[in-house]
Amino acid sequence: MTTLTVNGNKCEVEVDPETPLLYVLRDELALNGAKFGCGLGQCGACTVIIGGAAMNSCVIPVGTVKGRPVVTLEGLGSSGRPGVLQQAFIDEQAAQCGYCIAGMIMRAQALLDQNPAPSDAEIRTHMEPNLCRCGTHVRIFRAIRRASETLTRERGARGMSAAPASEADK
Amino acid sequence: MSALERLTPSRRTFLLGGGALIVSFSLPPRLAVTQQRADEKLPGSLQRDPKLDSWIRIDERGAITVFTGKCELGQGIKTALIQVAAEELAVAPQSIHLVTADTALTPNEGYTAGSHSMQDSGTAIRHAAAQARSLLIATAAMQLGVPRERLKAQDGAVVAHDGRRLGFGVLVKEKLLHVAADGRANLTDPAHYRVIGTRAQRVDIPPKVTAGPAFVHDLRLPGMLHARVVRPPSYYARLLRLDTTPIANMPGVRAVHRDGNYLAVIAEREYQAVAGMRALAAAASWHETATLPQPDRIFEWLASQPAERVSVVGGSGDLAGGAKVLEATYRRAYQMHGSIGPSCAVARLENGQLTVWTHSQGVFPLRAAIAQLVQLPPERVRCIQVDGSGCYGHNGADDAGADAALLAMALPGRPVRVQWMREQEHAWEPYGSAMIAKVRATLGTEGRITDWDYSVRSCTHATRAGPAGSLLPAWLLAHPSAPPPPRPLPLPEGGGHRNAAPLYSIPNLRVAYEFVPAMPLRVSALRSLGAYVNVFSIESFMDELAQTAKADPIEFRLRHLEDPRARAVIQTAAERFGWSGYQRRQDHGRGFAFARYKNLAAYLALAAEAEVDRKSGHVRLKRAIAAVDCGEAVNPDGIENQIQGGILQSASWTLHERVVFDRTRITSRDWNSYPILRFTEMPDEVQVYVVNQPGTPFLGTGEAAQGPIAAAIANAIADATGIRLRDIPLKLT
Repeated sequence: MTTLTVNGNKCEVEVDPETPLLYVLRDELALNGAKFGCGLGQCGACTVIIGGAAMNSCVIPVGTVKGRPVVTLEGLGSSGRPGVLQQAFIDEQAAQCGYCIAGMIMRAQALLDQNPAPSDAEIRTHMEPNLCRCGTHVRIFRAIRRASETLTRERGARGMSAAPASEADK
Repeated sequence: MSALERLTPSRRTFLLGGGALIVSFSLPPRLAVTQQRADEKLPGSLQRDPKLDSWIRIDERGAITVFTGKCELGQGIKTALIQVAAEELAVAPQSIHLVTADTALTPNEGYTAGSHSMQDSGTAIRHAAAQARSLLIATAAMQLGVPRERLKAQDGAVVAHDGRRLGFGVLVKEKLLHVAADGRANLTDPAHYRVIGTRAQRVDIPPKVTAGPAFVHDLRLPGMLHARVVRPPSYYARLLRLDTTPIANMPGVRAVHRDGNYLAVIAEREYQAVAGMRALAAAASWHETATLPQPDRIFEWLASQPAERVSVVGGSGDLAGGAKVLEATYRRAYQMHGSIGPSCAVARLENGQLTVWTHSQGVFPLRAAIAQLVQLPPERVRCIQVDGSGCYGHNGADDAGADAALLAMALPGRPVRVQWMREQEHAWEPYGSAMIAKVRATLGTEGRITDWDYSVRSCTHATRAGPAGSLLPAWLLAHPSAPPPPRPLPLPEGGGHRNAAPLYSIPNLRVAYEFVPAMPLRVSALRSLGAYVNVFSIESFMDELAQTAKADPIEFRLRHLEDPRARAVIQTAAERFGWSGYQRRQDHGRGFAFARYKNLAAYLALAAEAEVDRKSGHVRLKRAIAAVDCGEAVNPDGIENQIQGGILQSASWTLHERVVFDRTRITSRDWNSYPILRFTEMPDEVQVYVVNQPGTPFLGTGEAAQGPIAAAIANAIADATGIRLRDIPLKLT
C-alpha cells in the first residue's frame, strides 16, 4: 500500500512501488491532467509538481514520492473556477491540440510558485524541457507572462509576497 | 457535444430516441425531386449529403444540434462551425450543440484534411442554416398571417414587427427540416454579422486546460481493459520464437494476443499492460532483413528509382539562348508528424456491434477499412471521432483504431483501450516522403523570367485508409493484407506535385512530377504534402533569381504577379515587417516568401528575420510577420493561431528534422534521436495579419504557412551569410 497526497487529498493505492506515478494518477486515481507523451522523461506532457518542483511523472516510481505533496492540473482549478494560470491560457487561447498544455501549465506553475515575476529568459529556460508539436510556444509564453502579471498585481494589492500560487489557488 | 458526453445515458437517449426530428436518413420520394438542376453543384459538402436535417436538427424544445463530418484536430474547427451556424440561424453560439464525425450520426465528409474543413463543412452548414432559417420564417409567416418580409429570426424564435414571436421548437413540427438542401437561401449580409468575423474563444480549450476528459486518451468505459502492442523491430521482421506462457501469468494480464507477427498484451490496469508488453518484447526473437536504402545516400536512391512522370504544366521546357540561365536542386529528408501523444483508441464489441473511439481524420474511410479487417459488415462497425493529440496529417491514429478493433474482437463485451508507446509512434507512423526538386530558369534581359523548367520527385503522399491493407496491423497478421499499391494524388490539388507550379507569370513554363511507386520507408500525408518542398524550392529559387537580376526580392516577385489578392498579402507582410526600412545587423538576415496554397486556396506571404551563430552554425528564426487571405475569416484568432503554429512547426522541420535509420531499422525512436524546436529557440515575435474578404468563399488556413516559412528562413540565412542552403534540414555546418 502506497500513501500519496494528491492535490491536497490523501489517498492510498495498491500498486507495485515501481509503477511510474503517471499511471497511478491516470489509471488508479482517474485524473486526466497528466498525459502520457513518451514514458522517457523527454517531452514533459506528464509534468506534475512534486514537493514544489516540476517533474516528469512518467519516470518517477510511485514508491519514491514518499510524503511529498503531488499537484496535478486538477489541483490548480476547475472549468468553473480556473486557476490564475489556467485562466491566462484561456484568455490567450494558448492551445492548439492541447495535449501538451497540461504539462506546460504545471511546469510554468512551478516557476511562478518560486518566482511570480520571472524574466523572459527565465521563462524560456524553465520551459525548455517541455515539447509542443503544434507550435503554440508564443501563446504559451504569453499566457505565462499574463499569469505572472496577474499574480504580481494581486500580491501588490494584498501587500503580500511569495505565497505559492498553487496553494493560493486551492 | 463531445463524444465523451455522448456516453452519458441522457445524451444517448436524446440522440437515439427522443425528438421529432430524429428521423430516417432516407429521403421520402417527394423530396427526391429537388429544385436543383442536375448540373448545378450544391455548396460544399451539401453535395455529398443533400438532406437538410443531416446537418441541422431542432427539437420540440428548440434545442439546436448541428452535425459535421469533420474532426476537431486542434485547429479550432468546432468553434468556427458553431460560429457559422449561429450567424445564419440568428442564435447565440452557446445555444448550439455540435456533433463531430461519427459514422452513426453525422454526414460523411471523408477526411478532415487538405485545409478543406471550412470550404466543405463550413459552407454546407452555412447554407443549411440559412435555409433552415428561411423555412422557419416561412412557417411563422403562415401561422401569424404576416408577410415574410416583416419577420426576422432572433435568439431562437421568429419575431414579427408587432412583437409576436414563435419559438423555433414550435415551428419545426412536422419535419420541417426533413427536406432537400437547395443551397439557395439568402446568406446573412456581411454588414449584419454578429458572430462571423469575431474572435470567439474556442469551445474545446477550457476542458483541455482544466483537466476535463478532453481526449480519446481520457476515455474510461466501465470494465475497460488496457492493451499494449509489441511491434516488430523493423518493417519486415518475422517472428521466430516466442513463449507467451510467462507473460500470460503476469499480474493482471488477461490475454496475450498473437496472430502471425502481431503481438499484444491485454491487462486490467494500464501499467500491467506496459509491463506485459516489455516482457513480451524481451521474449520474442525476430528475423530481420536489411530492406532500407543506404541512409547517407537516400537522395541518390530516390533519384535512381523508376518513376511515373505526371505533367503539371506542359510548356516546351526549351530554354531561350543567350540570356542568364540558373539551375538548382532542393532536397528534403524524410520527416515525421511526431504527435506529442502517441496514438490511442478504445474499442468495444457488444452484441455483434463494434464501436471504435478514435482520433482518426476520417471515420467513414476508417470504418470501411476496419470492417474489412475484422470481417464485419460496415453497418456493424461504428467509428466515433474523439479529440486526440495533434496529428498534422496521416499518423498512427487509424492504425491504433485497428489495433483496438482487433483486440476488442478477441475479448467481446470488454472495452479495450490501446495506446502506442513513444518508440512505436516514431518508428511506425507514415512519414513525409524524401523529395528532390530540380529547377532551371532563364532570366531575360529586362530582369523577367522567360522560361522555367521544374520537376519534383517523391514517393507517395497518400496511403490513408482504403482497404484493410492500408492499416498497419493488417500487414502483421498470420493472414496479412498487403498495402494497396501507392498512387499519386490527382491534380489540381496533387500530392508530391502540390504547388509544384509557381503562381508567377512566366511565358514558357514546364512543370512535372516524377512519382516513385517504391516505398522503403512507410510514407503518407504530412501537413501540406509536397507543397512544403515545392514552395520552399520555388521561393528559394525566386530569391536566387532576384539576386542575379540585382532586384529586391519582393519587387522581383511583384514583377511576376498579377493576382491582386496575392499582391495584397505580399504588400501587407512587407509593410508590417518594415521591409523597406530594415536595419541590417551583424549575423542577421531577412527573407521573404509567398505562396497560394495549392494555387487555389489561401494566400500567404511572410517576411522573416534569422539570427546566425557563425561559430556553431546554429540558426534561430527571430521574427516572422505573415499576412494571410483565406477568404471570409470566420474566426481571426483561430486563423492567427493556425498560422503561428504552422510557422513554428515548419521552422522546426526546416531547421532540425530528419528521420534517421540504418539498413534495417528506423533509429529515430524518441525525441533525442528526432529533435524538434524548443522554447529557447522560440522566435521573439510572430505576427499574423488576416486580410479579411467578407462575403467571399472560405479558402482554408491550416497548411498555408508550411512552405513559405521554410523558404523565408533559407532566404534569411542567405541574406545573413551569403550561403545558399538547399537541403532540408538546413544546416550551416
